[in-house]
Amino acid sequence: MASKYKKVLLDPLFNNNPIALQILGVCSALAVTSQLKTSVVMSMAVIFVVAFSNLAVSLIRNHIPSSVRIIVEMTIIASLVIIADQLIKAFAFDVSKQLSVYVGLIITNCIIMGRAEAYALQNPPGASFIDGLGNGLGYSFVLIVVGFVRELFGAGKLFGYAVLPSVNDGGFYVPNGLLLLPPSAFFLIGLLIWAIRTWKPEQIEEE
Amino acid sequence: MQADSIKKTLGVSIGVCLICSILVCSAVVSLKAIQNDNKKIDKLKNILLAGDLLEENTNIEETFKSKIKSAVVDLGSGKEVDETDVLNAESFDIKTMARDPEFGMDIPSEKDLASIKRMPKNMVVYKVSGKDGVEKIILPLYGKGLWSTMYGFMALDKDLKTIKGFTFYEHGETPGLGGEVDNPKWKSQWNGKKAFDDNGEILITVIKGLVDPTNAKAGHQIDGLSGSTLTTRGIDNLIKFWLGKDGYGPYLKQLKGGGLNG
Repeated sequence: MASKYKKVLLDPLFNNNPIALQILGVCSALAVTSQLKTSVVMSMAVIFVVAFSNLAVSLIRNHIPSSVRIIVEMTIIASLVIIADQLIKAFAFDVSKQLSVYVGLIITNCIIMGRAEAYALQNPPGASFIDGLGNGLGYSFVLIVVGFVRELFGAGKLFGYAVLPSVNDGGFYVPNGLLLLPPSAFFLIGLLIWAIRTWKPEQIEEE
Repeated sequence: MQADSIKKTLGVSIGVCLICSILVCSAVVSLKAIQNDNKKIDKLKNILLAGDLLEENTNIEETFKSKIKSAVVDLGSGKEVDETDVLNAESFDIKTMARDPEFGMDIPSEKDLASIKRMPKNMVVYKVSGKDGVEKIILPLYGKGLWSTMYGFMALDKDLKTIKGFTFYEHGETPGLGGEVDNPKWKSQWNGKKAFDDNGEILITVIKGLVDPTNAKAGHQIDGLSGSTLTTRGIDNLIKFWLGKDGYGPYLKQLKGGGLNG
């Protein structure tokens, strides 16, 4: 039993990563990863939403009429996103100013809807919650790697602290402005997918 | 009962909505106070920042109360007006006021340098008092950058010509490029630059590239931000608008006539 939960939790990290393998939720991954801090807060918000939406959907899975299934799921997800947004505004005000609309857009993040549909509707609450955590972590893993690279080489900083002192502040490092623009996240995610598929060739789709 | 019957469908939908709405409402209501405090303190912090009054480990609200006096200004006439319930320095919000049919107005497009379309008829300005009366005056200003409307403060010295500080408290420019308006090093160069010449003409301008310090005009030029031509142009425009006759021009004229402590 314990090993099953472990598999549910850890599989989405590398073997079945929602961004790298399923290519879901890429839009927000491009938008919020220009700094590590926003990546981390966004990751936490998504973990919270996907874990609890999976739990809630799974709890009432036997009662949800199939005709209004998607609407019921969306209501739950939207409510959780508003709560997450309010919490961020109250306790991480500076970050909330930078994340702005992207927290609200978690509602449309396909990972959350996808997990509710694909997993929570068929599985008991405990396993669904852990599946949510795992997928949230898989999303976070990509966000944090991309955020780390973009902030370090785009601004010479990590969590806002100068690591590579930039020329503007009298240091030696010439920041690479491209990394701060959304396309760079696209390239980085592409490279990451390449790296994961080289490591785990079974993920390569058949021609 | 079958899961797909009409009764059950309605029941589940209503039940889910009810529980969700209760959760959302309680989160919003219980966190409202903390969020409003955050917003208020953030704004005060930026006023202090523009006035170069912000120190580590001090209580922002106390510093603000002891050093700063706010005044509501009628932009058209340039006169300070008495506070009312609506025109209240503490609750004054530029966005709501600009939208308000009574307290906001449209800006004719040929005058709208800052591309803001509507502006409040009144603004709240902040006077920093020191030993010899008012030392600086802090003016809120805003305008369009590349992606977003940028809101900021400019501090003017008591001679009403020299800039003492400049900061944005809300913007959505590209981090690392236009977002470098938050860079302390870039902001620090505003200090000491001349905003006006002796005849009251606006001199201050943000140029493309670096300012050549040997140039005679260096005293009223600001480095442009590399990689963000449009943000830089936006800042240049919004400053010219707000310091001009459609912005604080009449008010600054009044102050010059009557003196800051008059």
